Amino acid sequence: MSDRKPGPDVSYGTPRPELSRRDFLNEITIGALGIAGLGGAALTYQYFSPNVLFEPSTTFRAGIPNLYPVNSVTFLQEQQVYIVRTPAGFYAVSSVCTHLGCITQWKPEANIIACPCHGSKFQPNGKKLEGPAPRPLPHYAINLTADGELQVDKLQIIKVDQVLRV
Amino acid sequence: MATTFHNTLENLRATRVWKSIFRRGRAITNRTRSVAIFGNLFLHWMPVKVREKSLRVQAAYYLGSLSLLLFVILVITGVLLMFYYHPAAPKAYHDMKDLRFVVSNGVFLRNLHRIGAHLMVLLVFWHMFHVFYRGGYKPPHEFNWVVGVLLLLITLFLSYTGYLLPWDQLAFWAVTVGTNIISAMPVIGNKVRFVALGGNIVGENALLRFYVLHVVILPLLAFLLIGVHFWRVQKDGGLTLRSKENDGKN
Repeated sequence: MSDRKPGPDVSYGTPRPELSRRDFLNEITIGALGIAGLGGAALTYQYFSPNVLFEPSTTFRAGIPNLYPVNSVTFLQEQQVYIVRTPAGFYAVSSVCTHLGCITQWKPEANIIACPCHGSKFQPNGKKLEGPAPRPLPHYAINLTADGELQVDKLQIIKVDQVLRV
Repeated sequence: MATTFHNTLENLRATRVWKSIFRRGRAITNRTRSVAIFGNLFLHWMPVKVREKSLRVQAAYYLGSLSLLLFVILVITGVLLMFYYHPAAPKAYHDMKDLRFVVSNGVFLRNLHRIGAHLMVLLVFWHMFHVFYRGGYKPPHEFNWVVGVLLLLITLFLSYTGYLLPWDQLAFWAVTVGTNIISAMPVIGNKVRFVALGGNIVGENALLRFYVLHVVILPLLAFLLIGVHFWRVQKDGGLTLRSKENDGKN
């Protein structure tokens, strides 16, 4: 047995003589409390984020296309959406101002969408003309249902050049 | 008459009940006066001696004390308003209207609470400017200045959360605009707004959250910090006094 090769040189690191039993227990305790605190913060955040919301549906039907004349802007107050019909087709524009969330108004005499809160102005296609609003009004996805009604999904934002042809 | 009253008081002082509450004699010497302050839970952090100068009106115009007085008025009127208020949509709006037009003296309490809140914001700002121009933030008062800034923020948050509770158009749009400002924060903005409102819109969840913040969490924080603030004024040697020799330093 004397010819047995020596095992690998195992080093457990330099000992830390300065770490007393008291310091060790303190560090363990603070570490454990820190982990528990982080976990508690994460659980609190989860608790405060509701999983079920009793908010109005973000998808709605806007009636048959013939309700909207060509070259018209119709404000659906309950849904806070403009249904715009041009010769090319339909699109749905949000009426919520991109500045601070006020509801804009369609001004047919000036052919603009204007915000009453801080004076932002937009074209009927949502493009920003003026004012503190940082972005144009977004376009929502608009489709035809199987039974021929317009349907808007306010969770889906689409590009400005996408138009629903009917 | 005066002697009868005096005798009654002396007899009362001699009773076992009185002596069980106040374990001292009459506060007639400097020592017994000090003992009277030290032995009282509500006064023990007060100084046993104050300089006459710091009691003058010009020392601080009582701005801090008046802010505290307004806070106490707001707590009392707020608790009374809670007896008629349901933090639920649309009941909250009707309760507010009832308080104004149906409940006896409701309009008095509501306006006392509302105008008191406006005045408190005014007074704490005035107090802050006064302390600033007096140099009251200089050593050894730096920590108390920071506590004061936190109290200013709590006052503003109390105002903002209370603003939603009438559940009228003004409330709705003020909170819509305010929480959209939150969502302008980079990366976490939308998440913070979602948690603050308890949803994507200013609805019932938002009303309840603002109510709990307004009537429990923020007032408790304010109580705690007001305690620290007043205690620290005493520990830092009383009010900052202006004098020509030391340029506002204590």
